Amino acid sequence: MNLPPMYAKMQAKIEAHARDYGLDFFETIFEMVDYDQMNEIAAYGGFPTRYPHWRFGMEYEQLSKRYAYGLSKIYEMVINNNPCYAYLLEANEPVDQKIVMAHVYGHCDFFKNNQWFTHTSRKMMDDMANHGTRVRRYIDRVGFDVVEEFIDRCLSLENLIDRHSPFIRRRRPESTEEKTVKLLKTEHQYMDSFINPAEFVKSQEDKLKAEALQKTHFPDQPEKDVLLFLMDHAPLQAWQRDILSIIREEAYYYSPQGMTKIMNEGWASYWHSKIMTEKALQDSEVVDYADHHSGTVAQQPGSLNPYKLGIELYKNIEDRWNKGKFGKEYDECDDYKTKQAWNKDLGLGRQKIFEVRRNYNDVTFIDTFLTEEFCVENKMFVYGFNRRTGQYEINTRMFPEVKKKLLFQLTNWGQPIIQVIDGNFENRGELLLDHLHEGIDLQPNYTVETMKNLQVLWGRPVALRTIMDGQGKIYRFDGTEFKEQNTDTVGNSTSVTAVASSDI
Amino acid sequence: MILHIKQDHNRFRDIVKGKIKSNFKKYISQGEMIGKREKDFVSIPMPSIEIPHFQYGPKNSGGVGQGEGEPGTPLGGEPEEGAGQAGNSPGEHLVEVDLTFEELAEILGQELQLPKIEPRGSKQIRALQTKYTGLHHVGPDSLRHFKSTYREALKRQIASGTYDPEAPVIVPIKKDMRYRSYKFSEKPESNAVIIYMMDVSGSMGDEQKEIVRLETFWIHTWLRSQYKEIDTRFIIHDAAAKEVDEETFFRTRESGGTLISSAYTLAQKIIDEEYPLSEWNIYPFHFSDGDNWSGEDTRFCIELLKEKMLKVANVFCYGQVESKYGSGQFIKDLEKEFTEDERVITSRIESRDGIYTSIKEFLGKGK
Repeated sequence: MNLPPMYAKMQAKIEAHARDYGLDFFETIFEMVDYDQMNEIAAYGGFPTRYPHWRFGMEYEQLSKRYAYGLSKIYEMVINNNPCYAYLLEANEPVDQKIVMAHVYGHCDFFKNNQWFTHTSRKMMDDMANHGTRVRRYIDRVGFDVVEEFIDRCLSLENLIDRHSPFIRRRRPESTEEKTVKLLKTEHQYMDSFINPAEFVKSQEDKLKAEALQKTHFPDQPEKDVLLFLMDHAPLQAWQRDILSIIREEAYYYSPQGMTKIMNEGWASYWHSKIMTEKALQDSEVVDYADHHSGTVAQQPGSLNPYKLGIELYKNIEDRWNKGKFGKEYDECDDYKTKQAWNKDLGLGRQKIFEVRRNYNDVTFIDTFLTEEFCVENKMFVYGFNRRTGQYEINTRMFPEVKKKLLFQLTNWGQPIIQVIDGNFENRGELLLDHLHEGIDLQPNYTVETMKNLQVLWGRPVALRTIMDGQGKIYRFDGTEFKEQNTDTVGNSTSVTAVASSDI
Repeated sequence: MILHIKQDHNRFRDIVKGKIKSNFKKYISQGEMIGKREKDFVSIPMPSIEIPHFQYGPKNSGGVGQGEGEPGTPLGGEPEEGAGQAGNSPGEHLVEVDLTFEELAEILGQELQLPKIEPRGSKQIRALQTKYTGLHHVGPDSLRHFKSTYREALKRQIASGTYDPEAPVIVPIKKDMRYRSYKFSEKPESNAVIIYMMDVSGSMGDEQKEIVRLETFWIHTWLRSQYKEIDTRFIIHDAAAKEVDEETFFRTRESGGTLISSAYTLAQKIIDEEYPLSEWNIYPFHFSDGDNWSGEDTRFCIELLKEKMLKVANVFCYGQVESKYGSGQFIKDLEKEFTEDERVITSRIESRDGIYTSIKEFLGKGK
């Protein structure tokens, strides 16, 4: 449904304000939907045209129930696309719609300008619809249950992508032409049979053949984009390969949103509060605005509100760069009072946060800008489960611990990093994956189930190298039997691990 | 905008119901399905279907939060981002899904292929129901039907020419008044009383009681779906029997000997005094570990059953829970005596997994 005139006017105003502040976004189309439509669209990850799958139904049920019992409701939803699509909830108050619009323009600006989004498809609305059509065609051809089961298996491997992948141009086309023997140069053709005698050519050819035979170790480099590897090398039928590619494409589309949750929400919250409080808010709306805004940035004990953390960090950065609280001189100053009163009136704040929103993701954002002062001011802590008391408790407020824990949670979206190291393990066409162990073991039963799915795709036995309780292990599943084997020398794995964990 | 969510939603519901079917045994014995019993809703942790991924194990619990408190301060409530709090079996993640008792009973019935119970005495038992369907000229003001009254007055005023469209004032007089009136309708109704008896002597341990608790929950759920009203009575016994409330029923642990007849006598007394046969379907359930004080008492029990209890009860169910200490003799005696009699159902419950078959044995005959 298109916007009613009142909201169309409102949109035009908010858009103008946003542009005045220097936000830069694709054209944004707002649509008014009721709560049920909102839940439906949200269940489909924002794309009403997606392929059919029960997990969307599950999502829908949960959203609907939460809405029905008043636990939560979705105020707004915005889709990274050109043009941007944003959905407004019909039942909201006008002041809420205003906040939502301002918020949405923050997101749209972020989608367009943050570098991690540069490789996402901006025609995702169409792409998703195409994916839906393709999947439906396969359903018609091979049957619903077959396709669904295959999708289930693919989804089990969905997180095995390499978030840096879109930025790496590594898929050089594999040279298909066969290598030929390099002959020595001769100036005179009659000398040829002497300089390159038949036996020599023969022996060189044999050598090449032997080399080709020996080069059974692939991939050359460990491959973190496991889905791509499977697409390239697993014995899949054409429709299966296509579905896998759909799942992979969508995973890559969503991945930057996962990588920039704090930044993105923080940015949008920063701008809705700026636009509202400085421009758009009318006197009669102040109380409702304050209520809504405080609800957005409220914090529950034990969970981190990305809106809150994000907006506070941007404000903090803006303040620091306005006052010049950065650089060598500031860092080396160890007088608390001087530091507190530090003000060079640089006024670089606004410029800095625009730069930050372009160049960072959550990990680098936290790593660079989370300071001890900020941590103390915002009362951050690390909590953990205390087995003795059976409840979650605050462990520590030490800054390094907080930062470390936070970064760990954010790295690779809190997912273990797993890569293909051998597609011809033990020269038997088996698949060997390696888990880059960073101090936390995998969930064993999930691992087993995931490997079963992987095995079906790969066709041959699959193995996973990891560490459990400090012991190097190789788990192997051959389609019927699950085996585990201890490895004394963890080999490559340890060295890689060491590098990975020192990143933090 | 064409939305396909209904299709996906139905698919999910089907899978969930199917899930319950295929893993039913496991849930029912692990007690995962007993949730809060508020009003008509029961919250049941049920597998939301989680697709397995390679993911971090339980050591990854905890996270970063914001707020007041010293180290060691417990957090109020459950942290939301307790990553890695996974379910304990593959492919399952427990979330609370609300099922109504009716839905639950339906699933149970489907799963165990329980026949619908033919209530006994449903023909005799009638209840008068009142329904407000008509209008009367007289009645109390509290039942005045405003709209009809208004309409009558309007009609009268238009007919008599006193209605002025410019100043449309309607004044009803007594003749215009209309009141809601009710009609009686008769409905057959069936009620049931369940009398749970349990041996609480020393040999019944916590595990045995838990099994009984789970089993009674399911029995209750099923019978409730079959009858309009259910009364539940609880009797515990060792050497002597007494009636208790539900809480006490599952908590009490005595150490004395066991006289099963004491419970049966008490149950019979309750039935005789409070539940006339013409109005009630009667379900006595007895759970014990099979120990009885003496063969003489067992004979007395059998006599009681034959002479009295079976004449009034729909069916008499005896569940024997396996225990280290019990001799398990009682069930053999019952079986010997009542091999031909369909009204006595016995069942051995060896462990939690046995609850499944036991319920089927008890309720599978449609009585």
